[in-house]
Amino acid sequence: MGQITLQGVQKSFGPVHIIKGADLEIADGSFVVFVGPSGCGKTTLLRLIAGLEDVTGGAILIDGRNVVDVPPAKRGLSMVFQSYALYPHMSVRGNIAFGLKMAGVTRDEINRKVEAAAATLNLTPYLERKPRELSGGQRQRVAIGRAIVREPKAFLFDEPLSNLDAALRVQMRLEVTRLQKQLGTTAIYVTHDQVEAMTMADKIAVLNGGKIEQYGSPLELYEKPANLFVAGFIGSPKMNFVTGELAKQQGATTIGVRPEHLKVERNGQGGWHGTVSVAEHLGSDTFLYVDAGPQGVLTARYIGELDLHPGDKVSLIPEPARIHRFDDSGKSIRA
Amino acid sequence: MATQQTQLLARTLLTPAVALLFIWMIVPLALTIYFATLHYNLLDPGSESFVGLENFRYFLTDPAFLASLQNTLVLVGSVLAITIIFGVPLALLLDQQVVGLSIVRLMVIAPFFVMPTVSALVWKNLLMHPVSGLFAWIAHLFGLPAIDWFNDAPLFSVILIISWQWLPFATLILLTALQSLDEEQKEAAEMDGASAISTFIYITLPHLARPITVVILIETIFLLTVFAEIFVTTGGGPGLQTTNIAFLIYSQALIQYDVGSASAGGLVAVVLANIVAFFLVRIVGRNLEA
Repeated sequence: MGQITLQGVQKSFGPVHIIKGADLEIADGSFVVFVGPSGCGKTTLLRLIAGLEDVTGGAILIDGRNVVDVPPAKRGLSMVFQSYALYPHMSVRGNIAFGLKMAGVTRDEINRKVEAAAATLNLTPYLERKPRELSGGQRQRVAIGRAIVREPKAFLFDEPLSNLDAALRVQMRLEVTRLQKQLGTTAIYVTHDQVEAMTMADKIAVLNGGKIEQYGSPLELYEKPANLFVAGFIGSPKMNFVTGELAKQQGATTIGVRPEHLKVERNGQGGWHGTVSVAEHLGSDTFLYVDAGPQGVLTARYIGELDLHPGDKVSLIPEPARIHRFDDSGKSIRA
Repeated sequence: MATQQTQLLARTLLTPAVALLFIWMIVPLALTIYFATLHYNLLDPGSESFVGLENFRYFLTDPAFLASLQNTLVLVGSVLAITIIFGVPLALLLDQQVVGLSIVRLMVIAPFFVMPTVSALVWKNLLMHPVSGLFAWIAHLFGLPAIDWFNDAPLFSVILIISWQWLPFATLILLTALQSLDEEQKEAAEMDGASAISTFIYITLPHLARPITVVILIETIFLLTVFAEIFVTTGGGPGLQTTNIAFLIYSQALIQYDVGSASAGGLVAVVLANIVAFFLVRIVGRNLEA
């Protein structure tokens, strides 16, 4: 079991409020990603759940039990750190076994569990090596091995892939997701990379300025962003925002259209007219940055190759059903 | 990139410095070896004559030699043990966040900046003096008889003074090492359920292995040649109880005016220092390998 509930969790460092009251329900076995810009409090929130920081207010329930006064080790969670935090003088075996050894598990039991974990993570040939003799991806796997061997109620990941190169990151992303599904253990994963968030998560919590802006499945966030921040943060390239007269016509202060929901037409009728200022041809996609006068620079995404070049006149036609409307306070207006 | 030209240039430019250093080293060594083979006593001028290895035989069979060798080893070993056993917890304390820490750190490090003669005099006359010393006054407060430190426990007193001087050095090195310990590693250990003691044994202490090695090596080099503290406090006495090798050589040369024997003693000391260095590097040196 690994059901985690946050009830009005707050954290201040002196006069600075880092977490301004977070409420969250994390179902057993689900993969939840905390995503947000730097300094939004996502790592702090994770550390509060881990018990590495004390809460200023509120409650953290793990399987219904309030754990705010329980020391980290007794919460039954395990954590993968950004720097991996492997013990440099211990072998891979020693690193993975350390938690079990501290828990007083018998030697045979430790060996059996360590070897099972190593086999799951393809670490068996490296068991007797020291961390400094391993590559980045292998160290990452040792850190994960150290987490899974204790059979925790939940895994906590603190930006674990940010030190890896792009190719390895994609590979580890898949491995982590697959492993989590296979073990069926609850996982909380902190990242600033929205692609990681969208691909790995069952549910995403978008954080900004110490508040949870929205909590929902990746597609929910993509299709029904609760406010301007979430709309702008989720999706790449970023959603286009238009204010002024055009928005008023739709009964909103701001309207937003994603680049992939703008139909591009050469010298077409209707829609918004503009001039291509930059065109990025990726083969699979074409990104157009269109200077649309009063609406500012709009981004459009065309699937496939589109033979347009800077200076060409285009018109952009938003799909009516895909226009997001936001009110004065930035909240989404639902029809 | 080191091309042949730059290598030649580098060697040419380095030669004067290396040559000077070499002469600086080789002249005293050669002279010492030369004197060690002479009967050469300052009280008996004009009688210099070649005696072969007689001076070495005299020095090595002198009962004072074994006594002073033992004193040297006891002194080095005790000071090393005291500075590390007290240095580690001190460094751990100084690594904590407390108010006024910068002042505390400065105070802890201060003894290292006091020159050996001065600190020895302070200990001898202000602290350990059986009549006017602070320790005698404290003992008197409790109605106890004052201890005459330099008569009753002379070697221990010297060890105490030298440890007081070297403790800051060990603490400082260990403190900087502690500050370089990755915070996430400690947190990982905390998540793994390690208690404070387990964290210390399994995480902190292995991290300190290398700085402890450095402390042992550096302190040994300096402690083998301790002289000022002994000269100022006990003068090697009572009897031979606080005479170490360095002090024995001094007394041969400048109390007995026997230059030949003192030179032989100096060479013996060089060999002994190398033997100690050899074993030290064998025992603790592998910690320094990356």
